[in-house]
Amino acid sequence: MATTKAPVAKPKINLLGFEQAEYKGGPSTLCPGCGHDSISSRIVSVCFELGIQPYQMAKFSGIGCSSKTPAYFLGRSHGFNSVHGRMPSVATGALVANRNLVGLAVSGDGDTGSIGLGQFKHMVRRNVPMIYIIENNGVYGLTKGQFSATADIGQKLKYAGLNELPPIDLCTEAIIGGCTFVARSFAGDPKQVEALLKAAFSHRGMAVIDIISPCVTFNNNEDSTKSYAYGKEHEERLHDMTFVPAREEITVDYAEGEVKPVTMHDGSTVILKKLENAYDPTNRLEALTRLEEARANQEFITGLIYVKPEGAPTIHDMVHMTDQPLTQLPDSKLRPSREALTSVLQDLL
Amino acid sequence: MAVVDYQTEPRPAEIASGDLNINDFAIIVATPNGSGSQTANNTLLRAFFNMGIPVTGKNLFPSNIKGLPTWYSIRLSKDGYQARRHKKDILVAMNPATAQDDLKDLEPGGVCLYPNDSRMELARTDITYYPMPVKELVKNSGVGVDLRDYIANMVYVGVLAHLLGIEIAQIESALSKHFKGKAKAIQVNMGVVNAAVEWSQANLQTPCQFRCEPMAQTAGKLMLDGNTAAALGAVFGGVTVAAWYPITPSTSVIDGLNDYLPRLRMDPETGQPNYAVIQAEDELAAIGMVLGAGWAGARAMTSTSGPGLSLMAEFAGFSYFAEVPAVIWDVMRMGPSTGMPTRTSQGDILSAYFLSHGDTQQVCLLPGSVIECFEFGYLAFDFAERLQTLIIVLSDLDLGMNQWMSDTFEYPEQPLDRGKVLHAEDLKQIESWGRYRDVDGDGIAYRTLPGTNHPNAAYFTRGSGHNADAKYTERSDEWMENLDRLAKKFQTARTILPKPLEMNHENATAGLISYGSNDPAVIEALDRLREQKVNVAYQRIRALPFAAEVGDFLAKYERVYVVENNYNGQMAQLLRMEYPAYAARVVALANCDGLPLTARWITEAVVEQEG
Repeated sequence: MATTKAPVAKPKINLLGFEQAEYKGGPSTLCPGCGHDSISSRIVSVCFELGIQPYQMAKFSGIGCSSKTPAYFLGRSHGFNSVHGRMPSVATGALVANRNLVGLAVSGDGDTGSIGLGQFKHMVRRNVPMIYIIENNGVYGLTKGQFSATADIGQKLKYAGLNELPPIDLCTEAIIGGCTFVARSFAGDPKQVEALLKAAFSHRGMAVIDIISPCVTFNNNEDSTKSYAYGKEHEERLHDMTFVPAREEITVDYAEGEVKPVTMHDGSTVILKKLENAYDPTNRLEALTRLEEARANQEFITGLIYVKPEGAPTIHDMVHMTDQPLTQLPDSKLRPSREALTSVLQDLL
Repeated sequence: MAVVDYQTEPRPAEIASGDLNINDFAIIVATPNGSGSQTANNTLLRAFFNMGIPVTGKNLFPSNIKGLPTWYSIRLSKDGYQARRHKKDILVAMNPATAQDDLKDLEPGGVCLYPNDSRMELARTDITYYPMPVKELVKNSGVGVDLRDYIANMVYVGVLAHLLGIEIAQIESALSKHFKGKAKAIQVNMGVVNAAVEWSQANLQTPCQFRCEPMAQTAGKLMLDGNTAAALGAVFGGVTVAAWYPITPSTSVIDGLNDYLPRLRMDPETGQPNYAVIQAEDELAAIGMVLGAGWAGARAMTSTSGPGLSLMAEFAGFSYFAEVPAVIWDVMRMGPSTGMPTRTSQGDILSAYFLSHGDTQQVCLLPGSVIECFEFGYLAFDFAERLQTLIIVLSDLDLGMNQWMSDTFEYPEQPLDRGKVLHAEDLKQIESWGRYRDVDGDGIAYRTLPGTNHPNAAYFTRGSGHNADAKYTERSDEWMENLDRLAKKFQTARTILPKPLEMNHENATAGLISYGSNDPAVIEALDRLREQKVNVAYQRIRALPFAAEVGDFLAKYERVYVVENNYNGQMAQLLRMEYPAYAARVVALANCDGLPLTARWITEAVVEQEG
């Protein structure tokens, strides 16, 4: 058995002295029961629990129901609701400009898998250090029910008819693109979503979490693999997860092979209690194989599918930029001296 | 008209023995692309410059890596004119494929140099021909076979040195600069130059009527292209994030950044770059990164050309309505797609000004010289942050990629203008703030940057549908209020952007408006017009939206010629639209043939109407 410290009642204020209310956003305008609202609540509660400084956070989104949600959480953090499919570039620019920002992005299956697939994969390639949540419901809600690129082949929808295209698996895309933290979860599994989010905050690099988040209005039919009913019935957790922050002591007591502790870049630990025999999320090839098997067998696997615990060099490392955020450089460091101009002009004389 | 093979003696043409032409002629070198003529052409250009003679160099090149025809023109002008010359005086015909057409573009009495094995048809009798034994000289130079094609071009440098009187020491100095002092390369190339000079001295007795003589007109002057100047300006403007996608003719803006930033902007404390240059996957991503960085508080830019600008349209509108500072250098070229992408044009005026959907009107800067490329390089960031909007700098291939003689650049005296930003300390002093409130009455609101350590700092950025406090709204009145404020901000922009420059003439009977790289051709044309007793006043527009002075200028003259390098007369259309009362005065003089405008074309076009 894996155990951590005995669970205690959630404190009213966190490490920073903030109440949970400081992490809330405006009221949601999504349909009642939308999976996205549940994810927003998880974000609020995780940021509160971990004691993330909200003023240092930056929220990013593209266009779609999911992309509206950053207005509904973290009201003390700046947010950028950008254009359709192009949020990755905006987030890249902002996080390069200010490397101290803690980035959290919310996108949808259309925003990421259709119009934004290119930017998504290039962002993964650049390993922009941030959390990238895909609220995946397989359908376009705001335009009343067209299929997205993650919809199942053979699925029928009232508006869109029959889907004859194979789905794109965004976790597979992320792993192939070089992402070092790739997870899948279900909006109806709050405990797992929270554990994954916490682990993602500890990751060095981009963390992609694809969360099946049912659309109660357009894609919640029993036969849809993106419905609540289907998710509840078919979710197969690869493992049970417990996140232990670096500051907390780990007391693990487990039988050999039952639990796998994964130490993250910042010293925190993700304890994975194995539910599926011998699944090793630190093996990239195994992760891809498992995703492919799941696709072939129509299994809904969730959990931390792939992680490279130490992370990988981020875009900040790749451009070798200075430690001080570029946005905080004083003017004296932005404009070279008069002598410097004279010197470079000498070459042009 | 015989085909002449292996002719070693010049064929003096029947030309009137006029006066010597000293320092006032144009050379065109025609070569196949990729044949290594750049070194030779740069060497010639630099040697003339070193001799103190005003000179410009223009590269007319194909969209091709190897084989297609390319031309390099060098204009010497004792009077300092820098525009393209309509016809040339001296042809170096290294490309048999174009030689006959090239010959047609020579002025009567011109000179043609050609390799003596090129089977060139000497079709004109009013030209002096000088065959050059290129192969023999290169062979005798002892250079390895692999380098022979590259150094073959140094033969015409040597022959021209003899014919025109270029100082050998200046050629050597030019080569030294070109090869950054690498002794071996300099020696190899000089070997060929010297051999060609010696051969010319022995074999070319006929004096050439074109001569260059030392002047003192280039001391303290710079020689560079506009894109390099733009990059240098951006570096002195504090650019911290540059995101881009390769596209001719803008790529050298980023090349310039990658050259100057490591020299000038390494952090003194950490030794690490205090900037980031990112090659994006496309222009959509490039401008997205720029907006993200600008929103976060960085001085961010991209450079592109027409096709890329089109792709940036959606984000351009976002910048306009969400009021995010950003800078795009649009180095204009002919559009679209493959075919003429390496030919110059000013075809993006209207599309840039109205870039995006919704009621957008973008602030544009129009640099007319390499000095202004430098100045607008840093000012663009000041305007972007002051106005909290996208600034599109409209340069073009001619200004951006060709070599211009310039006065030296002055160090920017005004400090950086970081615009209206509320920091944590400011927020402590005020009870409340709203991202889109017009506090100062100039239409420009205050912003905060993400990461500001204050509970009230955050706001939510979205394209449309925000009220004065950046809260979501779909209320007509709140959105109208925002649009009215944006319109007011646009009026503020008119008052702070670079004013037009004017050259008045007391007896002017008409006005002439132009912009950008047309300036040198206009300046020269004004002199030619004056000789023909046609006096026109000239105003050069340097920014959009128009400053009040533009309307004043239109009010003064019954006819105002608008000279530009596009087909539809885009600036003329804009003037007619913005000043309907004067619409009938606006006469479009537009030309779009892929080449920079010439003084001759402008002069003839104006004389046709005024004469």
